[in-house]
Amino acid sequence: MSLLSVRDLSVKFAMRDNTVTALNQISFDLAKGERLGIVGESGAGKSITGFALMNLLSRPGFIDSGKIMFLGDDIVQMPEAKMRNIRGNKMAMIFQDPMVTLNPVLTIGQQMVETLMAHRKLSKAEAEQIAIVKLREVYIPSPEDRLEQYPHELSGGMRQRIVIAIALLLDPQLIIADEPTTALDVTIQADIMELLLELCQSNKVGLILITHDLGVVSQMTERTLVMYAGRIIEAGRTREIINDPQHPYTQGLINALPQQTKPGQRLKQIPGSMPSLTAIPKGCPFSPRCEFVKDRCHTEAPETVQYANVEVACHEVNRLHTDKAEEIKA
Amino acid sequence: MFAYLVKRVFQAIAVMFVISLIGFAIQDNLGDPLRELVGQSVSEEVRQELRDELGLNDSFLTQYLRFAGNALQGDLGTSYFFKEPALDVILKKLPATMELVLGATIIIIGLSIPVGVYTAIYPNTILSRIVMGVSIIGISIPVFLTAILMIFVFSVEYGWFPSYGRGEIVHVFGPWETNFATVDGWMHILLPSVALASIMLPLFVRLIRAEMMEVLQSEYVKYAKAKGIRPWRIYFVHALKNTLLPVITVGGVQIGTMVAYTILTETVFQWPGMGFMFLEAVNRVDTPLIVAYLIVVGFIFVVTNTIVDLIYGLVNPTVNLARMGA
Repeated sequence: MSLLSVRDLSVKFAMRDNTVTALNQISFDLAKGERLGIVGESGAGKSITGFALMNLLSRPGFIDSGKIMFLGDDIVQMPEAKMRNIRGNKMAMIFQDPMVTLNPVLTIGQQMVETLMAHRKLSKAEAEQIAIVKLREVYIPSPEDRLEQYPHELSGGMRQRIVIAIALLLDPQLIIADEPTTALDVTIQADIMELLLELCQSNKVGLILITHDLGVVSQMTERTLVMYAGRIIEAGRTREIINDPQHPYTQGLINALPQQTKPGQRLKQIPGSMPSLTAIPKGCPFSPRCEFVKDRCHTEAPETVQYANVEVACHEVNRLHTDKAEEIKA
Repeated sequence: MFAYLVKRVFQAIAVMFVISLIGFAIQDNLGDPLRELVGQSVSEEVRQELRDELGLNDSFLTQYLRFAGNALQGDLGTSYFFKEPALDVILKKLPATMELVLGATIIIIGLSIPVGVYTAIYPNTILSRIVMGVSIIGISIPVFLTAILMIFVFSVEYGWFPSYGRGEIVHVFGPWETNFATVDGWMHILLPSVALASIMLPLFVRLIRAEMMEVLQSEYVKYAKAKGIRPWRIYFVHALKNTLLPVITVGGVQIGTMVAYTILTETVFQWPGMGFMFLEAVNRVDTPLIVAYLIVVGFIFVVTNTIVDLIYGLVNPTVNLARMGA
């Protein structure tokens, strides 16, 4: 049984006189203990997907249609009290910037204990014991003393470890990590990712890793979704997507990686920028930036098809490959 | 902590010095005290003699140093009208004013926090819109007008509350007599307290609402939701404490300002406090009393602000009072 199954999920934002579509009928599955990466540029809808799974979209965003089946129940239809019992308990979230996610006026201990006591009948002393165990799991030195400290007394890396410890407090089935290392020092980023991977594997926790870093995705995840303008444009095994991307956008992303360019050469960037949600082009949203664009790309939205070893939404997948074949011949 | 306290005391002394200088400068330029002291029948030679005797012909600096030296020993001059030390006159009136300020403060704190929090959580309900509308009216109408309107409605038209004075008061100790010991005392203090609170209360409701709305948008509130924390705990533990930090700072200044507003409220309600006394002193050109009032009010300002800063340091874990002393 899959842990999470998202079907035709659409998220819209209510503007003054109309609504704009932020997520356009996305579908994906996640098996128990599976690690999934969601990649894309800023504004692609990655974070919105994360918050929609938690049913925590802040206004004016709302889930317009679709289903989010989690452990057999539909989150979209779920009453708030039941949903609250899932948040932080069965499904935990790690936010982007640990400098602002922890409450500055509450101690680490208070913030950990309240999470445990919100979901389990425990005494404060019992909750503190669990908190200490979890802090030790994320390699926080002298965890007993940390409980008394306030967030500002700790470094960014330390705070993100604590946020990870809080995510693990109630042994969740799924952790959603929204760019968990973007706000951290480069030297600490690798440590935090390694820790997250290790903990997910040893505790058999499902992970949805939202990031724009393809390198991180290739190390951390088994499957990957590539998002563009609120749509999933390519999905499949991470290895296939990194080694043999089918969608011109994914190819562009991979070609833009610095490792793909010789020193001294300009980085190959994708021309143009992500369209604003209020002005998504007709047909294929990527068409204005695509080098293989054909007439029907401007009028007709591409269906998702199985091609090579991935699912891809592009009219010209076949042509891309014939081009490649010709290249090889030549 | 101790170092910080010492630093604050030095700042307070500097502020008091400036206040005393201003107060004294006013005294020096506020009419002829002789006219109030002796009346018109005394000849000019006698007046000159009296001026010399009182030291009014000395240089500004000599007069100020004499004034400051006396002030440090608790002597702020003698009231021309009461023929008593000015400080004693004020201290006798102080409890009445302080009880009035206390009553208003209780109303402000008791109402502004729940109302501010409510309007922040539910900004679009009809009740919230009414509260915000009324608060604008409250801020706009001057205190004396509110007071007169309240007397007209609740005392004259309906006769529910007495319109002037302190009513039945109970002696506690020294000059302190309290309103809060008898029903009659409570009836008398209610209208003046509400009138005095009428400007500050809407200000605080709006301040708390604005701060709270900002805090509710913050990442840590979103994170608390993602942890499955109950809404009331998010509002009153996660959000309210962060909301009140800036409110405490403003509140300290406003308590001082409220002491100043008592002049109007006390005059309308004939409340025998030091604000009422001050206005009478101005009418009688009782200069020592005016100056003493300025200095006492300045002192109250400085003390409340210092206390508020200390409280802020204790409430906000990111402020390190020990380090701020360095």
